[in-house]
Amino acid sequence: MKRGASLPESRWRHAAPVIVAVAMLALWQAWTVAYDVPTYLVPSPLVVMRTLVTDWAFLVASLGVTVSIALTALAIAVVLGVAIALVFVQSRWIEAAFTPYVVLLQVTPIVAIAPLIIIWVRDTHLALVLCAVVVAIFPVVSDTTLGLRSVDPRLVDLFRMNRATRWQVLTRLRIPSALPYFFGGLRIASGLALIGAVVAEFVAGTGGQGAGLAYQILMAGIQLNIPRLFAALVLITLAGVAFYGVAVLLSRLALRHWHDSEVATR
Amino acid sequence: MDAPGDAPAVAIAGATKTWPNGTRALDPIDLEVRRGEFLTILGPSGCGKSTLLHLIAGLEAPTTGSIRWWGGPHAATGRAGRRLAMVFQSPTLMPWARVDANVRLPLTLAHAPRDEADRAVADAIWLVGLAEFERHWPRELSGGMQMRASIARALVTRPDLLLMDEPFGALDEFTRQRLDSELSALWMKRGLTIVFVTHSIHEAVFLSTRVAVMGPRPGRLIDEIAVDEPHPRGDAFRLTTRFAGYAQRLSRLVAQACGGAAADDAPAAERV
Repeated sequence: MKRGASLPESRWRHAAPVIVAVAMLALWQAWTVAYDVPTYLVPSPLVVMRTLVTDWAFLVASLGVTVSIALTALAIAVVLGVAIALVFVQSRWIEAAFTPYVVLLQVTPIVAIAPLIIIWVRDTHLALVLCAVVVAIFPVVSDTTLGLRSVDPRLVDLFRMNRATRWQVLTRLRIPSALPYFFGGLRIASGLALIGAVVAEFVAGTGGQGAGLAYQILMAGIQLNIPRLFAALVLITLAGVAFYGVAVLLSRLALRHWHDSEVATR
Repeated sequence: MDAPGDAPAVAIAGATKTWPNGTRALDPIDLEVRRGEFLTILGPSGCGKSTLLHLIAGLEAPTTGSIRWWGGPHAATGRAGRRLAMVFQSPTLMPWARVDANVRLPLTLAHAPRDEADRAVADAIWLVGLAEFERHWPRELSGGMQMRASIARALVTRPDLLLMDEPFGALDEFTRQRLDSELSALWMKRGLTIVFVTHSIHEAVFLSTRVAVMGPRPGRLIDEIAVDEPHPRGDAFRLTTRFAGYAQRLSRLVAQACGGAAADDAPAAERV
């Protein structure tokens, strides 16, 4: 069947996920109403929405705390991760010597290290940022290192024939070659930074003034304020999607002219 | 210095190459590249043609023996001295840079003055017929056009010696013949010295003033023949009996290089 010119295929591709979401919400709403499911077990989408509106001010304040921790951590992970990758590609020896420890950091569950970090670092905010950095840095280091090494050997020959300095090879050849890999790492790291921040908040359990969204979820669970728990969950999910979206957008802006992954299909 | 004014562009004396794993890539090679000639190195795959070209380019050092460039060491070539340029098997363009930035690369690396570079880049791009495409991205060009950009990049420094490593091997026959003709014209117009590597006998005959034939395992020079035909050579030259005669002689040499009975993949390597 040929689709009408009124709704081209690309529009369908964008509409499809929205249709799925609407259908799921409608089903959910119908189910809670039909079976009279109590709000303290599963609140209906409408109740969650209402809670989101009534608790808006204080949920958004908490969201701000969590997002700022995640963003700070992501920024540190990117700067530190790229710096480590740049050091790694200077010599195979350095990479061989330190890679096991980067992996060690990665495979150790953050919930296991978080209490230590929170004990050692006096400033709670800083401790939470550190936890998120530990989680988010690995994909940046590993992908960027791989990218800096994935250089067309004939281009290296070309640079050598033109007597390029080590610095010129790095800035004009290795770094541009590494960009697609770096952005792949950034996408993963952006999600991980948020997860790291939330997990760390859970472990730290810091309330009061600077309470993050994870703390609100924790408290709402204890108080059986399930609608609020859901509302907080919605916000954190949306934040995660936004992080990912920004990472994808940056990648597209940087690579759209030349890398196969981002060149628009004609 | 011991660089007499008439020293050959490249003088290779007993150069060998053995890879670190013990593989012998090249038996002793003695070869001179004379100024202004179009020398083709012809041979089947794996006979060390590319290795020899890398030695001439200074990208690899010979294991034994010596190479001199215009009577001097490799260190005397380059920015201040006489220049080498290379065109690779594939276009090898930087995908993240537009055509003009790709062509400009050698000048950028040498910190050439801006307006001088602008002129050289425009000139090189015009020379290869890409004038309308200088602001295009490499991926927007066809294979043949990418190769033209690659050649423009090699010409932009006005090299004294141009090395070409099977540059048109991946192109279709029509594009290849057209680029061969243009390259031949360019060689005449610019008075270039070119060392061209190929496994195509017909390409070798069409382009060269001299063809050196190599044999495999280990790579060694078998023989060489001069192609004494006037330039420019039009497509009509391909249809002459003299062209066929040269091709036949080279064909026999290549077959002999591969060890008589094992002449199997020699004519097969020919793509006409």
